[in-house]
Amino acid sequence: MRLPLLALLARGPAHGYELKQDLEQLLGSAYPQPNVGQIYVTLGRLEKSGLIEGEEVEQSSRPNKKIYHLTDAGREALRAWYEETADEPRVRDEFFMKLALAPRTGLADQIALINKQRRQYLNTMRELSRLAATEDRDNRVSQLLIEGAMLHLQADLDWLERCQEELEEQG
Amino acid sequence: MSRTPPAPRAENPPPRPESPEPPPERTAPHAEISSARAGEAAVLRAENLVKTHYGEGAPAHAVRGVDLSVRRGEFVAVTGPSGAGKSTLLHLLGGLQRPDSGSIWLDGDCTDGYGEARWAVERRRRIGIVFQFFNLVSNLSVADNVELPALLAGVSRRRARAERQQLLSELGLQGKERSMPGELSGGEQQRVALARALVNHPPLLLADEPAGSLDSKGTREVTRLLSRFHQRGQTILLVTHDARLASAADRVISFFDGRIADDAELDGTPSRGTGISGVLELRD
Repeated sequence: MRLPLLALLARGPAHGYELKQDLEQLLGSAYPQPNVGQIYVTLGRLEKSGLIEGEEVEQSSRPNKKIYHLTDAGREALRAWYEETADEPRVRDEFFMKLALAPRTGLADQIALINKQRRQYLNTMRELSRLAATEDRDNRVSQLLIEGAMLHLQADLDWLERCQEELEEQG
Repeated sequence: MSRTPPAPRAENPPPRPESPEPPPERTAPHAEISSARAGEAAVLRAENLVKTHYGEGAPAHAVRGVDLSVRRGEFVAVTGPSGAGKSTLLHLLGGLQRPDSGSIWLDGDCTDGYGEARWAVERRRRIGIVFQFFNLVSNLSVADNVELPALLAGVSRRRARAERQQLLSELGLQGKERSMPGELSGGEQQRVALARALVNHPPLLLADEPAGSLDSKGTREVTRLLSRFHQRGQTILLVTHDARLASAADRVISFFDGRIADDAELDGTPSRGTGISGVLELRD
């Protein structure tokens, strides 16, 4: 959450609720929106570490609001963020451990484990398809987010298939 | 354990409108029994299907004892690695190949005695098929490709044209009537093939890797169209290795090594674990 908030502030000062709205507009309803409380907590931490600065603005009928802007350190942190490439997604390590260890425990059948896991992925895939159909077609960022999630899931499903192929051959 | 084939499903379809049926070419030995079951008929039922391919090298056991039942209105996807035998299974179910043993019932009618000609009739009346490579007649126009099965089924020219017009406009192909298949994109050709498969309103649509030669946009298009026809009550059996396409179905059968390894209803209930928000959330 920290760096996306910094990135949103790169354009200019904003208060917490504005940042939440910016995020919603950009990513659409597909993205599980952080609640406004999470945003305020993160902003507090960013301020403490000197990456942003807040300024109290008086409001006549409501409590004061705090408008944040990026500091030089913040801009530097953001630049460093863009310098780095992101980490690769990881294999579902917990499932893999379960699968690899199953024969030693005698507590679970590997094929049954794969089948159960596949059902879950397929149900999630189905939800994603539905979401893609209901989400605003013109919101490209949001559609790409959903498509990315589907392709990752597809890779996991293909991998389950490979595991099953190998195990069925042995069996 | 989920390796065992699923128990027969409860089958209670609405009565089917009467239609004149050509007499069976030969009465199967157990036709009596199967017609007793026909009262509770599934659109498609298969029992203990076996098919082995003999070629060079060791015999390939493509389908090894498959029981399957598809209820009216269901959308079933069969997935599995290539070479698992899923296309052979679909070919058996559409009468394009004959099983070594086992039986298939269409709407409760046993097909054991059906010959080539009778299956060809069924593929016009009760079964529509779409293939990976579209299989359109390349020297016929789009309009003629779609109308042909209707005319062969004895429908009047006028009605065939009306059906064709309706389907093509529904599939977003207005203005392409005079085009030849080779002038269309893959996605468009598959839509023409879909129109051809559905022109006689078959109770069952079989689809063999319908997105297998399409790009991801074409795949989305086919997925959307199949879902739409399904929502209107079309029964569909789809064979695909594409998990995204399979997830449009409400039941997914996993096929490995000629056998059903799992048969799962996708009920749309939120999945366990972090589910959809877990896969979408961006983390830093």
